[in-house]
Amino acid sequence: MDNIIEVLDVGFAYNGNQILNKISFNIPKGTFTGVIGPNGSGKSTLVKLLLDILSPNEGKIKIMGMDVKKFKEWNKIGYISQKVNTFNGAFPATVEEIVRANLYSKIGLFKRPRKFHKSLVDEALDKVGMLPYKKNLIGKLSGGQQQRVFIARVLVSEPEILILDEPTVGIDAKSEEAVYCLLARLNKELGITIMMVTHDIGAVTVHADRLLCLGDKGLMIHNTDSNLSREQVSEIYGYHINLHSHACDKCKWKAGGTC
Amino acid sequence: MLEIFQYPFMQRAFIVGILIGVIIPLIGMIMVLKRLSMIGDALSHTALAGVAAGLAFNINPIFAAIIFSVFSALGIEKIRKAIPKYGEIAIAVVMSTGIGLAAILSDYVKNANFHSFLFGSIVVITNFELILVVGLSFIVLLTLSLLYKELFYITFDEESARLAGIPVAIIRFIFTLLTAITVSVSSRIVGTLVISSMIVLPVATAMQIGKSYWQTTVLSVIISVTTIVLGLFISFYSDFKPGGTIVIINVICLIISLIRFKKQ
Repeated sequence: MDNIIEVLDVGFAYNGNQILNKISFNIPKGTFTGVIGPNGSGKSTLVKLLLDILSPNEGKIKIMGMDVKKFKEWNKIGYISQKVNTFNGAFPATVEEIVRANLYSKIGLFKRPRKFHKSLVDEALDKVGMLPYKKNLIGKLSGGQQQRVFIARVLVSEPEILILDEPTVGIDAKSEEAVYCLLARLNKELGITIMMVTHDIGAVTVHADRLLCLGDKGLMIHNTDSNLSREQVSEIYGYHINLHSHACDKCKWKAGGTC
Repeated sequence: MLEIFQYPFMQRAFIVGILIGVIIPLIGMIMVLKRLSMIGDALSHTALAGVAAGLAFNINPIFAAIIFSVFSALGIEKIRKAIPKYGEIAIAVVMSTGIGLAAILSDYVKNANFHSFLFGSIVVITNFELILVVGLSFIVLLTLSLLYKELFYITFDEESARLAGIPVAIIRFIFTLLTAITVSVSSRIVGTLVISSMIVLPVATAMQIGKSYWQTTVLSVIISVTTIVLGLFISFYSDFKPGGTIVIINVICLIISLIRFKKQ
């Protein structure tokens, strides 16, 4: 299987604090990888390094076989952050306008969207079940609905990789469940490679194929076909952890099987 | 023809007022949504310092204002990048510098009505100012319509806009230049003390009514142009200062929109 992301001996320090210490891992194409670890373990830093927002002090990062510094096809990477918590809810934009914005690479500089682009927006919204809300203002939707719109926004540019940084923070358990099922469906049905940073270990264990565990002892890679024990997770986090899953029991997109 | 339109100075005031009424909310929309509405205030004060410098050293005051504003806008961007979590510090620093410089330089201004720059002089527009505003409006309208979707995305989510391939740094630079030039030219017309209200108020009112970004943009332009035209009429027949009248009409519109149209 081709590796779509390759991280080799990457180290990153900020203000003298070593946040990531020579970590190496690969993400094979078409997989669903969860990234877990306690606060401060460098999960979000890792995402910023992969997106070239930060530069590593040492090591190499390759995206689709190309050095991240030379990588130009950013439209193939969909990034979803904790938007529900951070975006300006009073921004007067409709769901349709927000999703259409990410069609830039398909429309081009100075050009206006055509009918074809509008149908791409409808398709993306349909995939996440938000088509009926396309004329609604984004600020008037619930947290879970907003996050689905942000997923549609990245889907519209037909990405090969989805990188998500705690996408379910600030949304209720039921919406969280829907987001996980949606991501698992996109991974299994459309073959989109997913890498998701989360604290929801229970749910990510259900849906992801692999877990990258960042902690004091560096990086551990765990396959989810064998159960991750409470003791193992507690060791990574450095304190006692109970595993609860918000994942839908009936979701047929669980890793390794259906229900 | 109404008496008001028989005077050439009022005809010029209406042409310039309408053009400024179109371009200021287009710039203002982005500034307000990026929570940077006070940049207009800071730039108008540095523009005033430029006017004072121009009048003191016999340089065209509007050109001097544009140069001061452009450097100030670039300075704000630089300081915001250096301290991103406290970006508003940049606005305070530049505004204080502008006020300080304007105060010092105004002492060297001889034989010129420096106060007309504080409150503007929309009814004493020279031909040069008319041509300047027409040219500026054409450039602003063309640039903003060509970069509409790019500016929308950068305003909503700069990080994602960059990932989508939008040349964020270049577009931000162009927008900063346009803002600085618009604010310095408009301050001469409507006044330094009035310009930031003109940037914020029509947009704030439109945001209470608009049901999309496009609709809010169009509404802010309609509100801005209408209030300027109404302000010119009222000031002509009542002898009120036009800048102040326009601002008060805008405040009334905002209050009505807050009461009447508050979105559920």
